[in-house]
Amino acid sequence: MGISQIEQQSISDLVGQYKPLSGGLLPLLHAIQGDLGYVPDAAVPIIAKGLNLSRAEVHGVISFYHDFKTSPVGRHTVQICRAEACQSMGSRELEAHAKQTLGLDYGETTADGAITLEPVYCLGNCACSPSVRIDNDIFARVNGDRFDDLMDGLLNEHASAERSAK
Amino acid sequence: MIFYIPQDTTALALGSEAVASALQTAGIEPIRNGSRGLFWLEPLLEVETDQGRIAFGPVSAKDIPSIIAALDVDPASHALYQGAVAEIPYLKSQQRLTYARAGLGDPVCLENYQALNGFQGLKKALEMTGQQIVDEVKDSGLRGRGGAAFPAGIKWQTVHDAGASTGADKEPCQKYIVCNADEGDSGTFADRLVMEADPYQLIEGMIIAGLAVGATQGYIYLRSEYPVAHRLLNTAIERATQANFLGDNIQDSGKQFHLEVRLGAGAYICGEETSLLESLEGKRGMVRAKPPLPAIEGLFGKPTVVNNVLTLVAVSSILEQGAATYQNFGMGRSRGTLAIQLAGNIKRGGLIELAFGVTLREIVEDYGQGTYSGRPLRAIQVGGPLGAFLPESQWDTPMDYEAFAAIKAMIGHGGIVVFDDGADMAAQARFAMEFCVVESCGKCTPCRIGSVRGVEVIDRIVANENRDNNLILLHELCDTMEFGSLCAMGGMTPYPVRSALSHFPEDFLIQDATGAGQDAALASSQNVTGSLSGDAAGAAQGEN
Repeated sequence: MGISQIEQQSISDLVGQYKPLSGGLLPLLHAIQGDLGYVPDAAVPIIAKGLNLSRAEVHGVISFYHDFKTSPVGRHTVQICRAEACQSMGSRELEAHAKQTLGLDYGETTADGAITLEPVYCLGNCACSPSVRIDNDIFARVNGDRFDDLMDGLLNEHASAERSAK
Repeated sequence: MIFYIPQDTTALALGSEAVASALQTAGIEPIRNGSRGLFWLEPLLEVETDQGRIAFGPVSAKDIPSIIAALDVDPASHALYQGAVAEIPYLKSQQRLTYARAGLGDPVCLENYQALNGFQGLKKALEMTGQQIVDEVKDSGLRGRGGAAFPAGIKWQTVHDAGASTGADKEPCQKYIVCNADEGDSGTFADRLVMEADPYQLIEGMIIAGLAVGATQGYIYLRSEYPVAHRLLNTAIERATQANFLGDNIQDSGKQFHLEVRLGAGAYICGEETSLLESLEGKRGMVRAKPPLPAIEGLFGKPTVVNNVLTLVAVSSILEQGAATYQNFGMGRSRGTLAIQLAGNIKRGGLIELAFGVTLREIVEDYGQGTYSGRPLRAIQVGGPLGAFLPESQWDTPMDYEAFAAIKAMIGHGGIVVFDDGADMAAQARFAMEFCVVESCGKCTPCRIGSVRGVEVIDRIVANENRDNNLILLHELCDTMEFGSLCAMGGMTPYPVRSALSHFPEDFLIQDATGAGQDAALASSQNVTGSLSGDAAGAAQGEN
């Protein structure tokens, strides 16, 4: 996927910034993703050259970790915990409900680009399951109704932002 | 009156931010403390009054006006009144060493930490030689809290001694302290709670570890699923550096230690220590073969202490209070206290710190008060996704590393996940394999491919397809994974699978009219589990 000159420059700047850090590839990838929302394919050769690694090595690291995305994601990432503690409190039903109401499978994004749905394996909130993470916020005891409320919040926030932009 | 409302993940997830806003609206600026770990009461509002520190919980924003009104008249008249915080039986009956400070105040307030005996252990350590510190940790009997329960002092001694003879050029050998904060097991939150409620204690433990073995650089490898802990740790490190507890000249002692948080990227396997080291080096988190031990050739090939959060945190109190005090808690070879995390389908979930030896039943029934759903308890999984499912007949086992190993289970990191009678244990066994498919690093074929085949075979058993032969096949597959994998991921995924099969065989049978197949399933599972040998846990995972 092509990226703009500005994006290329920002990747190069970050590579320069993280280069002195020992074992700095993960922090660098987090920084690029923090900036652009994902790690574009076009970043791979820039990173490889800057850190003196092969492109295969860089690609290998990006593809190993669940966190790193290689294509743009929605404005909000919604993660549903699939781990055992949440299962014991009905996360399998929550998962089915979420997929059905959003019309998404894991890894997919709503057509308006608002929400990407993902699985997550434990948010460390296991005494108050089921847990859901929306961006950097974690929510406890999420049942179907509460999930719908949370999603309405995300969708409305976008709608009102669009209205005020007009 | 001083008001406290927690800022830890669970309290936030249950709405403590809205409670804080409601307090501000009422003209009260609350202190954002850490949680006490009484999660069933969160958000737990604490108020310092003339009569001492009292609590209300669980509160929501709408309760604030009535609580403020009640405080003026009779706090006990409020429906959410919990009495004096320290007298709440769930908390009062605990033996808190590691979590003694949790919830008392603002976790990143350095003055508060010091006022509560913080950095006293470090103060002593700064006056000791490395060997003296190592000896103190050995004497305490502290064993690694990450799961494998390896004696911490022995590991430290190895790192302390490593590289000593290579000083021909008089350059001290670079060594590292790595804190494993990749707490990925479902049902565990002990690391998170201590990092969010008392982060300086971890920092102190890591500095002491550095002084003990001669390491000048530390890394906290933190999972990315913990954004709150990330923020609080970074703030704490920044303040500790400003106050000269970290840096080139710690408290003008001439000794140095630097500390950095590194974020994982959503890979369960990176909780395994060698995979974690690979990840810290900026590589794929592929498990390394051992030897060499990380204590000899660890991070960047240098001698490295890799310890779990709780192990390093315990070191602060061991140095502060002395090895003997710590040693006095516990049973058998399991010394000190265990951070038990009660989770899943449970009425009163939370953090319970107790000396080793308490039974599972006491935890689940006395502390937990049964299931959240109100339905009968059915199965308990201890030790995360690689831990066995225990049926009622095993709930009287004391929480002790050896006692659990004797029933082919493990305490691991101390997480307890409770399931009610609605649980489908065949589905849980399938999930154990499915989780291994998702999270295997891929290095060992039995783990990478075996888990895929495991899901398929369980599906065929549940579908009553050539059941008896598939049951035999599943057991053989479990053997292959257990004995043919480098680490606990492949090596212990069979534990939940086999325990589900042998203790809950009825769940693996489809509803057929004849009921045939049940006996065969039982017989087959018992035959093969009987041959399951020894402690694969320790053998497979040298973690922490």
